[in-house]
Amino acid sequence: MWEYSDKVREHFFNPRNSGPLEEANGIGDVGSIQCGDALRLMLKVEPETEIIQDAHFQTFGCGSAIASSSALTEMIKGMTLDEALKVSNQDIADFLDGLPPEKMHCSVMGREALQAAIANYRGEEWSDDHEEGALVCKCFAIDAVMIEDVVTANNLNTVEEVTFYTKAGGGCAACHEGIEEILAKVKASRPGAGETSPPPACPATPEAPKPPSKKLSIVEKIAKIQEVLESVRPMLQRDHGDVELADVQGKKIYVHLKGACSGCMMEAATLGGIQQKMIETLGELVQVLPSSHMPVEA
Amino acid sequence: MEPIYLDNNATTRVDPAVVEAMLPFFTEHFGNASSIHAFGSEVGKALKKARGQVQALLGAEHDSEIIFTSCGTESDSTAILSALKAQPERNTVITTNVEHPAILTLCEWLEKEGYIVHKLKVDKKGRIDMDEYRSLLHDRVAIVSVMWANNETGTIFPVAEMAEIASAKGIMFHTDAVQAVGKIPIDLKNTKIDMLSLSGHKLHAPKGIGVLYLRRGCRFRPLLRGGHQERGRRAGTEASASIVALGKACEMAMHNMEAENTTVRRLRDKLETGILSQITHCFPTGDVSNRLPNTSNIAFEYIEGEAILLLLNKMGIAASSGSACTSGSLEPSHVMRAMGIPYTAAHGTIRFSLSVYNTEEEIDRVIAAVPPIVAQLRKLSPYWTDKGPAANPEAAFAPTYA
Repeated sequence: MWEYSDKVREHFFNPRNSGPLEEANGIGDVGSIQCGDALRLMLKVEPETEIIQDAHFQTFGCGSAIASSSALTEMIKGMTLDEALKVSNQDIADFLDGLPPEKMHCSVMGREALQAAIANYRGEEWSDDHEEGALVCKCFAIDAVMIEDVVTANNLNTVEEVTFYTKAGGGCAACHEGIEEILAKVKASRPGAGETSPPPACPATPEAPKPPSKKLSIVEKIAKIQEVLESVRPMLQRDHGDVELADVQGKKIYVHLKGACSGCMMEAATLGGIQQKMIETLGELVQVLPSSHMPVEA
Repeated sequence: MEPIYLDNNATTRVDPAVVEAMLPFFTEHFGNASSIHAFGSEVGKALKKARGQVQALLGAEHDSEIIFTSCGTESDSTAILSALKAQPERNTVITTNVEHPAILTLCEWLEKEGYIVHKLKVDKKGRIDMDEYRSLLHDRVAIVSVMWANNETGTIFPVAEMAEIASAKGIMFHTDAVQAVGKIPIDLKNTKIDMLSLSGHKLHAPKGIGVLYLRRGCRFRPLLRGGHQERGRRAGTEASASIVALGKACEMAMHNMEAENTTVRRLRDKLETGILSQITHCFPTGDVSNRLPNTSNIAFEYIEGEAILLLLNKMGIAASSGSACTSGSLEPSHVMRAMGIPYTAAHGTIRFSLSVYNTEEEIDRVIAAVPPIVAQLRKLSPYWTDKGPAANPEAAFAPTYA
């Protein structure tokens, strides 16, 4: 059984705003009975102000699909259409205190129904740009379509590269075989496939970057380190984590991993990614370590 | 409110008598059966008794034909990989497209490794076409593996007849019988079945114990190599407590076989009739006249299975579903798709699987609980109106994309 939050369960057992809405002037239908999820979102929009006065839903789907639909209608009531369009699927999931990774598509469906309903109200055509594939990486909820797109766009060749770009495969390793299959499939479809060319080697250690023209002062160096940390923080914060600088000792940069990052099974990968950026920015080989590795007596 | 457990095809409770039988093997009888001293020989004797109890339930000719493993999946993998390894000149496996993932996932991997796998199709009741089966048997086939009974629908396959046909062509026959053992009588000595898998936790023994039956004379290669346990056919120290438990559970299954096919069958039929007579647009799946006595799989149209399960769970009722959402995949159960059950129904399939522990009173409670749940979810469904299903459900709901 899934680990549903209390809020998901509550919205599933007592769905708000279900059933047809007679005075609806914007209706969005998404999903299909084939894939086991279908959602009709009905909006009653005040034409003068474009405020959503009422919202109802009808859903064919699992517990989280029904809960996401219910949550969405509660969230958008009273919003203007432009405000409602800013509601992301992550917002819906957050409203419900999170969804299991396999169920994130339920919140995606809610966002799409909203876009479809608003397009319908405005008399526009809404076309879906979202194609959903089978879930490959369960640790980070990455599906096959996303991996294939990223592999194609960036000409990736190894599981390690896929992990670096998408996080897929960075957790329990169960999906490495699946990622390898996608890599093989994309490789076979590349122009010139079939010709023999040696597989590009993945360097075991990052290549030593060119030395900078002049040596950085310690102040300049710390400023640059802070710059790098600032650049990765939004990404970590999105996953409810954070990072801050603890100390710099020679070539060792110690950081505090905070929130969801501390104790995360991706800690090593996160630090590895930060280290890579540090090396590129500072122009020298450095090591990024968790603050727990700091020597007791510095 | 006492919970009602109707998910016995997933797993079963360990019978208290079974627990009692196994407990001493954690404490005073902790020895290693291979040891020469008294601690070991006590255990050795207990394993021999358990082997005999399993032999009796399966109707095997010799107790040495019973190999203890860790689970049904291990038995399945051992059987198929052994057949391929022992007969390198044969590269083909024949199975069905409604097998358990223990077989299907292994076969998918074998295909990647270069082996040829033929999956027999089933008709809309889940039955195999025997003519298609006969036409596929040739001298490159290493093994046929067909489940005795399907876990989702309970549909029984004619494995004894299929084994006769394979045997006449000199082809090995394996059956995954984890759902059948203990529910229907089995008498292996009077069949041509070469290998059979069973799983302890499906018949009131603990999880983590299984059996591979291997007919005497059948060519074999072990999966796990190491010590001499199980005559070198499955290395690894015997899980003595679990083996003793399985022996006891098999003895009890023999004793309960009649109740399984009378009392349990009657309760299953009562449950199914009770539900079908109260709810429109639902139907039983599988071969209703030829299935396990404990299983009923009902498809409720226009609603989704996980939602049904969550509401049943709230009422203290445990069942399972073939919907996509319960497995985390995008497709409903491969068994439902193989039978051509339409998507409007396949996502709403619910499996009720009973055991001898279920009572009349429990079944009455379930019969009363299901109709309001179905009505509640249909009220939420865009494919359903006050009067019943939308006249043309596919047209009534016209998504921007599908």
